[in-house]
Amino acid sequence: MIGPMLPARTGIGFKPEHFDGILADPGPIGFVEVHAENYMGDGGRPHAQLAALHERFALSVHGVGLSIGAEAPLDRAHLSRLRRLCDRYRPESFSEHLAWSSHGGAFLNDLLPVPYTPATLARVADHIAEVQDTLGRRMLLENPSTYVLFAESTIAEVDFLAEIVHRTGCGLLLDVNNVFVSATNHGTSAGDYLASFPIEHVGEIHLAGHDATVDDVGAPLLIDAHDSPVADPVWGLFERAIARNGPLPTLIEWDNNVPTWPVLRSEAAAADAVLTRHAAARAA
Amino acid sequence: MVFDQARFTAALFDPEREVPAGITSHTHPAPEKRFAVYRNNVIVGLVDALATRFPAVQRIVGEEFFRAMAGVFVRAHPPRSPLMMDYGEELPDFIDGFAPAAEVPYLADVARLEAARTRAFHAADTVPLPPVAFSSLPAADLEGLRLRFCPSVAIVRSPHPIVTIWAMNADDAEPVPIEDWRGEDALVSRDGFEVAVRRLPPGGAVFLSCLLAGETLADAARTAIDETGAFDLAENLAGLIAAGLAIEIGGGEPV
Repeated sequence: MIGPMLPARTGIGFKPEHFDGILADPGPIGFVEVHAENYMGDGGRPHAQLAALHERFALSVHGVGLSIGAEAPLDRAHLSRLRRLCDRYRPESFSEHLAWSSHGGAFLNDLLPVPYTPATLARVADHIAEVQDTLGRRMLLENPSTYVLFAESTIAEVDFLAEIVHRTGCGLLLDVNNVFVSATNHGTSAGDYLASFPIEHVGEIHLAGHDATVDDVGAPLLIDAHDSPVADPVWGLFERAIARNGPLPTLIEWDNNVPTWPVLRSEAAAADAVLTRHAAARAA
Repeated sequence: MVFDQARFTAALFDPEREVPAGITSHTHPAPEKRFAVYRNNVIVGLVDALATRFPAVQRIVGEEFFRAMAGVFVRAHPPRSPLMMDYGEELPDFIDGFAPAAEVPYLADVARLEAARTRAFHAADTVPLPPVAFSSLPAADLEGLRLRFCPSVAIVRSPHPIVTIWAMNADDAEPVPIEDWRGEDALVSRDGFEVAVRRLPPGGAVFLSCLLAGETLADAARTAIDETGAFDLAENLAGLIAAGLAIEIGGGEPV
């Protein structure tokens, strides 16, 4: 059920305006990632671009609308659309979020937080099992950026994720920016989180930029905005993760205030330099 | 207090509501500003999706008005599916009933045109019939001819010059006063991967609508002539052949 995998190289979240630039000068890019929901139309340029990209690069399909953390059952129609997309493109990876984004038939277009309890764990595990059964493949589950906590939570996020992996056989997508954002927002240690993260199950890493503001009492509050370069502390955590595990497929996400292709490519090249350095160190 | 997604969702859409019980933080037990991040993400994200789909509508009324109007719409009509490309189908009808937009009577029709453009952009790929497919038809067969059209084709009729208005509010075009204010019917379709917007000639909207409904060429032409004596069959037929709208020729039975 493990199936194909992304190469342990750098990738980028694909933006249509970069299509010509990527094909003309891909730099160190080994894979591209797209949001599944943007490729669920019947035809036209999006599919033509995706097919052309997948001829040249490995492909990661990243869902943002499945609402795996919802109280309600999964949206079967949406799951069928995901299956059609995966059957059509046979991506090297499919991933989704530990979050919910739909309620009562309304789609909320955001990754909303889930309390960590035995009951939510059972529900999320059931949903992931259903996704994997429907798609006929293993999926990766991404750790979230969160801004609030739940009084009822009794399980640490890392333990929650590890138990989901244990119950479902899914892999994990380690978003290092989310680690830093959540740790800062909750006054905990990003380093401790990373040290206890079950990195042997990680199939992909995400890196992205964040915004900074303050909360109700003036404490730092970071927002997972994907609108700027990767921050220095996030690069530092990434380096530690790669040093611990060796090179992993690593994606730069830059979804808002999208830069020109050369700027995004140089950000990917910075990630590639870390991967290359540690690959060389391991070979030595 | 056990977490409840219904209460969380209700509070997302209503800024007057308190932070839902059970939500906390390490700094404050009822973290208003933290919860506001989710409120902001949801509303701004959906308003942004509408701004992406309806850029000419936004340009006509200005960003501030558009975002205020879209904010009202988003709360009344949250998306029913995770496909943002489909979001805003109800916006044109909403604009029709949105009193503050009443002084821009053509706004809803421009929104209808922009909604049709997105549908055309994502429509299934088809191969247009080459013009020779028509020229080789025996003239006697033309009357009973039925056509099947590419799925991107849509017609937007308006008592306002919406094609002209849309074109001068698209991309970098410069709006100028319209001297000859008369209704225009828009034909939206896709040429390859590019969405095309054309102005239909008199009677063209009725003629094409009949053909799209599976009527024969003769019946469609009769209905168009009934609507306007200015209908020119040769011009309309040449137009639809040149635009590559038809993908299949059928005979006497609906295709």
